[in-house]
Amino acid sequence: MWRKLLSPFARLFEFQAKTHYRAERHSMALTIGIIAAASVGGIVEIAPLFTIDDTVEAAPDMRVYTPLEQAGRDIYIREGCYACHSQMIRSLQDEVDRYGPYSLAVESQYDHPMLWGSKRTGPDLARVGEKYSDDWQVRHLVDPRDLVPESVMPQYAFLLETQLETASLPDRLAALRTVGVPYTDEQIENAASDALGQSRPETDRADGVAERYGDATNIRTFDGRTDLLTEMDALVAYLQILGGLTDVAAETQPARGE
Amino acid sequence: MTQLKSGERQLAMILSGLVLLAGFLLAAAGHGDPMGVHGWIVVLFAAVILVVAMRALDDPEPTEDRTMSYYDDPTKVGIVIALLWAVVGMGMGVWVAAQLAWPDLRFDAAWSSFGRIRPVHTSGVIFGFGGNALIATSFHVMQRTSRARLAGQVSPWFVLLGFNLFCIVAASGYIMGVTQSKEYAEPEWYADIWLVIVWVVYFILYMRTLARRNEPHIYVANWYYMSFILVVAILHIVNNLAVPASWGGAKSYSLFSGVQDAMTQWWYGHNAVAFFLTTGFLGMLYYFLPKRAERPIYSYRLSILSFWGIVFFYIWVGSHHLHYTALPQWVQTLGMTFSVMLLIPSWASAGNALMTLNGAWGKVRDDATLRFMMVAAVFYGLSTFEGSFMAVRAVNSLSHYTDWTVGHVHAGAMGWVALITFGSIYALTPVLWRKKTMYSWKLVEWHFWLALSGTVIYVFAMWNSGITQGLMWRTYTESGTLAYSFTDTLVAMHPYYIARAAGGALFLAGAVLALYNVVMTIRRVPDHAPHLDYPTNSEAAEPAVPAGE
Repeated sequence: MWRKLLSPFARLFEFQAKTHYRAERHSMALTIGIIAAASVGGIVEIAPLFTIDDTVEAAPDMRVYTPLEQAGRDIYIREGCYACHSQMIRSLQDEVDRYGPYSLAVESQYDHPMLWGSKRTGPDLARVGEKYSDDWQVRHLVDPRDLVPESVMPQYAFLLETQLETASLPDRLAALRTVGVPYTDEQIENAASDALGQSRPETDRADGVAERYGDATNIRTFDGRTDLLTEMDALVAYLQILGGLTDVAAETQPARGE
Repeated sequence: MTQLKSGERQLAMILSGLVLLAGFLLAAAGHGDPMGVHGWIVVLFAAVILVVAMRALDDPEPTEDRTMSYYDDPTKVGIVIALLWAVVGMGMGVWVAAQLAWPDLRFDAAWSSFGRIRPVHTSGVIFGFGGNALIATSFHVMQRTSRARLAGQVSPWFVLLGFNLFCIVAASGYIMGVTQSKEYAEPEWYADIWLVIVWVVYFILYMRTLARRNEPHIYVANWYYMSFILVVAILHIVNNLAVPASWGGAKSYSLFSGVQDAMTQWWYGHNAVAFFLTTGFLGMLYYFLPKRAERPIYSYRLSILSFWGIVFFYIWVGSHHLHYTALPQWVQTLGMTFSVMLLIPSWASAGNALMTLNGAWGKVRDDATLRFMMVAAVFYGLSTFEGSFMAVRAVNSLSHYTDWTVGHVHAGAMGWVALITFGSIYALTPVLWRKKTMYSWKLVEWHFWLALSGTVIYVFAMWNSGITQGLMWRTYTESGTLAYSFTDTLVAMHPYYIARAAGGALFLAGAVLALYNVVMTIRRVPDHAPHLDYPTNSEAAEPAVPAGE
């Protein structure tokens, strides 16, 4: 029966067998075939993400990372925190109950690269900002088991002793502008000064940060040390802004029970 | 070196001199940055090769007619390096696993944290062990199935050593904190550019060798190797597009951000599984398994069907890593659908391999080498089934972010990739070094059982821990609040983490035995000239693979 059903296609099969037989003898034909077959999926799935407008929601209040926060983000990447912590709350009830409103695409719009992560050896951090105090974060990073005895997180005490390198920040912000983050010339020029200013409230530098990044910016001595701008300052500043670049998620997703 | 003519030795010197110069440039530009340290590593690496080439410069010219033999020296070196990387990479794996069970099991230093050494483990086993094994066996397979010598004397060395330079720069970078954070694509921009150069030479070498073949037909194992080379190149280039913060530092920022970056990363990430860890190793399987079993492939047509199925379907499935995330739902659905369809070509290859063994089960029982390959095919079938299953959205909601994913990856990486590689190495070593047999078949047998029990313990531990954690996360109390805190789940996973480290340690012990066995084979076993292992026009002298019945 199969033979009968397929008989109209016999010529097609024969043609396919013949061409394939020939292609098997030509390495370039195989090469082109492989590239063609392997390209389709990627093109269909990735290209539209750049062209379809509602892939990324509109969020007028979305702000960029300050230099100190960006420096903290670079430390987060350097230490491989993403290997154990995701930054992507899925649209599942238990995740919303545990971590807060599910993550929106716009919230990582300025994340080059994104840090959505793939594994939760530790909890999700997409909305960890302002969930704990600066002091808790610092103590936890210095010795996690001091605060959470069951924790398996490594200690990062050295961050509190290491001076933050700020000289390269203008270059880094400029590179980020090249790939699409809307930093202004002024923000790039003052990047090194703003990094220090954000952890030195009540100074002229701090006023500059508020002026360039908005009054809502966290300006605090994150690590509690006023003698030195440390890598701990940067990392805690970054952790405290996670989930706080825009309010659009909280505004569009009413909390349960409301 | 003795097989190189003086012109080729000079070329080798010039090339290593150029790399040396590039290393100096990197060191100068990156002064005070980890990139500068990398520059010095490159200088050291190139200097060693330069000295080796210089000392051989005045050696007499090779006398034999080189077209009359295969060029096996790069393969030999590649096999030994692959085993060294296996021990290093798996050793790192056991260490990071132990850190999760006993977090203080580290020197209190910046470089030894889980986040920094975990990529040393993943890159060490995937690129160091897997990559070197692929390059070495591809050199062997393409020569035998084409019945032609490698096209080039220096370029195989350039590919092999250049690739290892990339691996060394990658691994040392992670320890210093140089990473792009993109999983399995962590090395920074200069290492990425270097890999592209190496890869282009690899592709040209492969095509030129195929062009010389004395066999009209290109055997299917070569297609799998070719798809590995080609698609890995595409994936690598697209996913690593980035703008360096400055030419004097390692740091760069990826061209894409947020949701587009996530999709590109997992398009890359899952196809690293597909085209690095699957098609290349299927090439190994399609050559070494029929050779060892002395049986023709059960269905050549099926192997071709499976080939095009894998090449076409796999590329779609990356989005199943992003279920329920901010990625548009239609992309998630496409990824899930293609993941399920992918089961067909995957099982076609796994089934084809097992059916090939029909009539040779006695050999599987007696020969641990063939048993490595058989169990690898079984694990390939199992983990592809598990993969398709986990890509279903509802299953993924439970398994994602948990150890179940880790267990799945290791079922594939230990059970399939590593076992087929060890089997191929045991089959290949006596042939390459012209030895009668392996040093000790008993050790091969020991290795087999260590590897199998290690894998099974590992996978079961991760299933338990992953499913337990996934269920605890979503359990509610009767009053409608979450029943368990995150730290509750950590306590629950502790015993499984110990079991996982133990399973990994067994597997590592097997790899150490393999290294010892291969080294002793090279040093102790008497020589034995094989029949008919040379390039020829005649099919009778060296059939590419056992002929069909």
